[in-house]
Amino acid sequence: MEKKQPDKKVIFKSVKEMPVMPVSLYDMSYNKTGTWRNLKPVINYDKCIYCMICWKYCPEPAITLEPIVIDGKEKPNPVINYDYCKGCGICWNECPVDAIDIEEEEK
Amino acid sequence: MRQVLMGNHAVSWGATLSRVQVIAAYPITPQTQVVELLSEICAEKKLDAKFIKVESEHSAMAACIGASMTGARAFTATSAQGLALMHEMLHWASGARTPVVMANINRAMTPPWTIWTDQNDSLSERDTGWMQVYCQNNQEVLDSVIQAYKVSERILLPTMVILDAFVLSHTMEVVDMPEQEMVDTYLPPFKPEYKLDPEDPHAFGGLTGPDGYFELRYIMQDAMEQAKSEWEKTGKEFGEMFGREYGLVETYKADDADFLIISSATIASTARVAVDRLRERGMKIGILRIRVFRPFPVERVREIVSSVKKAMVIDRNISFGASGIFYQEVKAAMYNVSNRPPIFGIVTGLGGRDVGVRDIIQMVEDVDKMDSPRSDIIFKGVRI
Repeated sequence: MEKKQPDKKVIFKSVKEMPVMPVSLYDMSYNKTGTWRNLKPVINYDKCIYCMICWKYCPEPAITLEPIVIDGKEKPNPVINYDYCKGCGICWNECPVDAIDIEEEEK
Repeated sequence: MRQVLMGNHAVSWGATLSRVQVIAAYPITPQTQVVELLSEICAEKKLDAKFIKVESEHSAMAACIGASMTGARAFTATSAQGLALMHEMLHWASGARTPVVMANINRAMTPPWTIWTDQNDSLSERDTGWMQVYCQNNQEVLDSVIQAYKVSERILLPTMVILDAFVLSHTMEVVDMPEQEMVDTYLPPFKPEYKLDPEDPHAFGGLTGPDGYFELRYIMQDAMEQAKSEWEKTGKEFGEMFGREYGLVETYKADDADFLIISSATIASTARVAVDRLRERGMKIGILRIRVFRPFPVERVREIVSSVKKAMVIDRNISFGASGIFYQEVKAAMYNVSNRPPIFGIVTGLGGRDVGVRDIIQMVEDVDKMDSPRSDIIFKGVRI
């Protein structure tokens, strides 16, 4: 899907121009929350069992599933999108096999 | 089709006839038979709705808001402490402009623990941006749920349909059940302009700074103002289709009245009998029943109250440290009207204490002897 993005901040001149409800005029993909991150989760794919728990718990969603084929079977491979990952550490906390490490973010 | 229904079941059938799509409710006290019957109706597949049992009223309202944002017609019911627990989400529902409808059974607030009627639960939510309709009989309860969806979905503000605990909620009355096809004509499916849709993503209720928030609140107030004519218009349409017309207010023998009783809910319907008896004695007396409390029908109140010589507001509620709440609102509405009558404020019936015909006649007789109110509260029926 094509991403819409505001060129600059929109200030309405009058209530007549505004939507009646508090709704964004754009999808929020331009709002890259990855810059907030102090801690960086990193998936160790040697340990990952493709259970999708990190994907389910990620509040953003900054973890996407990209299918990979292992031993002839398609598995849902979790990939962290660092453009949006805020480094909350929930995936690191929830991973049942300790396949996610957390590192200091280099800034 | 005429049926004998308790007020709670009148709500359930009102929601069923409105073809609600999501019902979220907390199933234990202070819940009522409203959602008990609805869960049965859903289980028997007479209604194509998702019934979500939640762990609190706060969650019930949150689920309704989420459902409404996806374009579903959402419903819940609660009472007293349950409504209080929803408080945060009530602001969210109105601020997000979701047309959720709920039934609130008017119960007094605890402690001491109580399940009997007064209006302090719903009136505590006066400023949450919800429309409020106070019903006087079970027919009006059923009809108001249907009408509430029509108004809410046009105005994009939620509505609370309110009925007195026990006096209506558990009392059986004859109710004319409208035909489903006619309700479908009256109330078309809900189609919001903006909704949660992965194909067309938007953020709802996101961070808004001082450069935008004020305008959104202005728009809400403007919607409340528009809602006044919408309640009148859709109430008239309801009358044309179903033979029962509803407005913001209802009067009884008020046209030539010198003395006006102003009240709401079932006290106003009981007062009709008192008015008939007082009229037999030659007293020119009538009633103004405030049906829709938010938006407050200030124009109708001014028009009717300014034509009488004395007005008496009966409140089954109290704002501690002030007075009855309907009394405050009526007084405030009349302040800038030059030919206003003296207005007396009665507080009575708290915690479900019965307010009968004789009590109301006694109130009228006492107030009739006074020239002007000596205090903001005249307590009636309390052992002082």
